[in-house]
Amino acid sequence: MNEDDMPIKITNQKNEKEFQELLKREFPPIQSADLPRDLWPQMLRRLDAQPVRVPWFDWALVAALAAALLFFPGAIPALLYHL
Amino acid sequence: MELLQRFAAGDLEAFEALFRQHQREVYAWIARIVRDSGAAEDLTVETFWRIYRARQRFDPSAGNFRAWARRIATNAALDHLRHPRRETELSEDYPAATHGDPAVRRELRSHIRRAFLELPAKYRLVATLALIEDEPYHEIAEAAGISAALVKVRVFRAVRMLRKKLNSLGVEATAI
Repeated sequence: MNEDDMPIKITNQKNEKEFQELLKREFPPIQSADLPRDLWPQMLRRLDAQPVRVPWFDWALVAALAAALLFFPGAIPALLYHL
Repeated sequence: MELLQRFAAGDLEAFEALFRQHQREVYAWIARIVRDSGAAEDLTVETFWRIYRARQRFDPSAGNFRAWARRIATNAALDHLRHPRRETELSEDYPAATHGDPAVRRELRSHIRRAFLELPAKYRLVATLALIEDEPYHEIAEAAGISAALVKVRVFRAVRMLRKKLNSLGVEATAI
């Protein structure tokens, strides 16, 4: 029986088996990938490097202040005086 | 309070304890997918970074941390396969078996590697885990967040793509 006459499932299994052997020869399964060192120090650096997140109410405050200065530009010198 | 509950509440010490418990397993899983120890280290840290950021979405009462971590690790590895760094891709950390004529082997290896690397990332992921690492379909399905039937379909398609690619390079799978 040639390949064309085989039921599709058997042909698929044969293909898969062939490629499995082929790939395993080129890329042997990794039996045990041992972690060479503790990664916690790297993790801590990553945690420390996280960008500072500005809370939404801080943005709301800035927006309110900008709006107030836009509508009442006369308040700018007073604001600068108090800074 | 339980460790997982403390972690979900943002306790850094609880996160450190979970990190130390699971880092080896997460690293080993990622290394089997990306086959590069340096990338696997970076991706392990990336995985735990994602875990830390998503801690509020983790349900300590219902959740299985190991399965959750593995799924996040699989996604991180998949992202790496989608955007690989050329110089580290399939490095010689885990060298292939060598037998036969060295010159012929080198050429065949180059064809097979090329065909394998050209597989789309989602197919390469399942092909690596199912065909090379002999991981059961249901385990791959759980880690990738897809059904076992879809894993099977992707393995079948990956094999078909590999065969087509190798044939176009003049290599018959049965002749290797």
